[in-house]
Amino acid sequence: MDRRDFLKTSAASAIVAGAGVAAPAVWSPAKAQARQETLVIVSESGPNNIDIHGVGTNVPGYEVSWNCYDRLISHEMKPGPSGVPYYDRDKFKPELAEDMNVGDMSATFKLRKGAKFHDGAPITAKDVKWSLDRAVSVGGFPTFQMKAGSLEKPEQFVVVDDNTFRVDFLRKDRLTIPDLAVIVPCVLNSELVRKNATEKDPWGLEYTKQNVAGGGAYKVVRWTPGTEVVFERNDEWTNGAMPKVKRIIWRMAPSAGNRRALLERGDADISYDLPSKDFAELKDNKKLRIVSTPFSNGAQYIGMNVNKPPFNDPKVRQAVAYALPYQKIMDAVLFGLAKPLFGAPAGKPTDVSWPQAHGYNTDIEKAKKLLAEAGLAGGFETTISFDLGFAGINEPLCILVQESLAQIGIRCTINKVPGANWRTELNKKEMPLFTNVFSGWLDYPEYFFFWCYDGSNSVFNTMGYKSAKMDSFIDNARKSAAIGETASYDAAVKGFVDLAFEEVPRIPLFQPYSNVAMQTNVDGYEYWFHRRLDYRKLVKG
Amino acid sequence: MLQIVARRLMVAIPSLIGVVIVTFLLTRVLPGDTASYFAGPAATPAAIAEVKKQLGLDRSLPEQFVSYVVALGQGDLGTSLSTGRPVSTELKARLPASAELTLLALLLSLTIAIPLGIMAAVRQDSWVDHLCRIVTTAGVSLPVFFTGLLFVYAFYFLLGWSPAPLGRLDVFFSPPPERTGFYLIDSLLARDGETFRAALAQLILPTVTLAVFSLAPIARITRASMLSVLSSDFVRTARASGLSGPTVVMTYAFRNALLPVVTTLGMVFSFLLGANVLVEKVFAWPGVGSYAVEALLVSDFAPVQGFVLAMAILYVLINLMIDLLYGLIDPRVKVEG
Repeated sequence: MDRRDFLKTSAASAIVAGAGVAAPAVWSPAKAQARQETLVIVSESGPNNIDIHGVGTNVPGYEVSWNCYDRLISHEMKPGPSGVPYYDRDKFKPELAEDMNVGDMSATFKLRKGAKFHDGAPITAKDVKWSLDRAVSVGGFPTFQMKAGSLEKPEQFVVVDDNTFRVDFLRKDRLTIPDLAVIVPCVLNSELVRKNATEKDPWGLEYTKQNVAGGGAYKVVRWTPGTEVVFERNDEWTNGAMPKVKRIIWRMAPSAGNRRALLERGDADISYDLPSKDFAELKDNKKLRIVSTPFSNGAQYIGMNVNKPPFNDPKVRQAVAYALPYQKIMDAVLFGLAKPLFGAPAGKPTDVSWPQAHGYNTDIEKAKKLLAEAGLAGGFETTISFDLGFAGINEPLCILVQESLAQIGIRCTINKVPGANWRTELNKKEMPLFTNVFSGWLDYPEYFFFWCYDGSNSVFNTMGYKSAKMDSFIDNARKSAAIGETASYDAAVKGFVDLAFEEVPRIPLFQPYSNVAMQTNVDGYEYWFHRRLDYRKLVKG
Repeated sequence: MLQIVARRLMVAIPSLIGVVIVTFLLTRVLPGDTASYFAGPAATPAAIAEVKKQLGLDRSLPEQFVSYVVALGQGDLGTSLSTGRPVSTELKARLPASAELTLLALLLSLTIAIPLGIMAAVRQDSWVDHLCRIVTTAGVSLPVFFTGLLFVYAFYFLLGWSPAPLGRLDVFFSPPPERTGFYLIDSLLARDGETFRAALAQLILPTVTLAVFSLAPIARITRASMLSVLSSDFVRTARASGLSGPTVVMTYAFRNALLPVVTTLGMVFSFLLGANVLVEKVFAWPGVGSYAVEALLVSDFAPVQGFVLAMAILYVLINLMIDLLYGLIDPRVKVEG
């Protein structure tokens, strides 16, 4: 082979390679039609299980459950802070139940007549009971979520007749009704699941892991884990207004850069986990619509282990609270895409709401003084830990905190914890200093405080904080809410918020935003407490 | 021949057993806690304990190992927690995706690297040699995710020549009826030209990305081994006897230089198959590499064990194939069990 031959062969191979490239740009009319009726969603990761009752179902799996199953009730929408509809915490609308009658110690639901599962079987009260029995019995996450609303025993769920269903309350609890509108209490086709259950698996979890056994607005027609989920509209759906989009294709694109490229090129209609920086840049792009909504009942914070020196001293914690670079974090890490939870003006009365801003601001002199008062004028060494699973925000944030704390003599080493390991580390409650996010599905201050500050020491009380005063405030708030005592409820909420800010076991930084980017011809996006997409309202113009 | 194959496979069994034990132990000493990861965002310690029990992680290590081996004996590689499917099904679906990409990339890099290596050796220090040096240096020094993203940016985002980097097929195509799992072959078997074109279009960018990366070792080895063969006595004799240039280079020199090239090829192939995670990530390619890495990140043991085992078996088979090829290329080589 001489030079000429070589050049010839390489030229030939270049032509072969070039021939294939031009082809896909050509759309046949049928394809264009399909494109019009289909909504393409891209996100980083997909479901591992499409039944929320399953063992270890991940968050993308919740989205499938939400759209393919019905619940008895759901939430109404109200105008939201970002100009898109936002779920209304206090107003419920019928979904499978056409009527709800809440009595003193029970709630009765009339089921919609003619509602059918995907296989055509009618939805009856016995399916509802079986499904709720399943939720409180299978253990793990669904059971604990049900418990949060005092829904604990199968005996609470009563079939009155084929179309009437009753939930008996164990105790008065303001969270019981809202807890029936979260994702977990979905209604499954009991006949179908039971047919596919085995002795070892009486609740048929193996079957529903891969198959939708519900009657919701969408059906899963194809699911390739890690690649795509394809949904088709259930044209027989009667439990709400008929959705506009016929077909939804949800593709997983692990590279954030590519998700952005897909969106800008118009190949994807919606993308909802782009990094803050991309969102900040896309905001000026007139071809796309960007919606940022603050996480309901959620906050990113710096936590401190209150059971070990030096953070067992409230003065040291306050010093840290005065030494954090709040505004820098907002600008450099989040590109302004978050709601600040710091620097409330002095003397501002505490609200009966959560999250709300605290009065701390970056004030190095004050921090130094507090540290000196605690007898640690020379500073100390410690470690700041974060979850690598969210390194995009956590890493720059921790570097800024490290820099800032160095100014008052606190020398931090940064400890990066892999995602899989993060919860284990939280559970041990040994990390001295760390950053984390918590957000609650149910948007009530006492719900947040129960998880994060209560002496019962849940996983999310990451600081190991225990205070009899705090516990009694939280308890009072729950009790007053249950019986509708507004005055004592308000006092209790103000009490626990004030205490949390005074003792600062954790320092709230900001309320993160849930960022969604879509083409301008896509409409109908709604913000839900679970922060996933509701396909039923989406419209493609 | 058959005897050799059988003997070689027998010898591989102890190493496979070793692989099973080592991966089992390694996955257990990883710091991650599967149960608390999969117990969900609002799990209490009790919930985590319950998940642990459901997953069988509360049993002692030997107990877990025995049940793993027993299942393995029945061909059950376990179930992945992160995708919710049996590992064997996943590997079966994903290996062809990786293999199709890797084979095509290898083919492309062969057609460029071998002529390039030969030319570089034959005309040492000419412009071809310099080109070879530049190409190989660039190939190893440009990380694949970088070239991949660059290609996507240029050919998809700016020029729009390439389809969306969303895996093996465009969103609006459905995969061809499965026979081999290779979309190109399957779509041809189904006489579906449109799907073939779509699958090929999706393949081009990742293939080129991988090929650029794998060019380097092949071209360098070809060049080095050609150089040593070209300077040997029998080539001088052939030249002195008046044989034509191409005959000397191709028939005599290249054939003798082929052994190290084939060895490298085997290594590059098995390396690419498992290690092109980054390319898979960039192009959302549903291959085995990204499957294993994702599983590892969430302490999902079963896929990791299944992946390592599958790779080990593949290595054994590829090595065997290369040894047999040796015999064909050079009759002096005897393959011993």
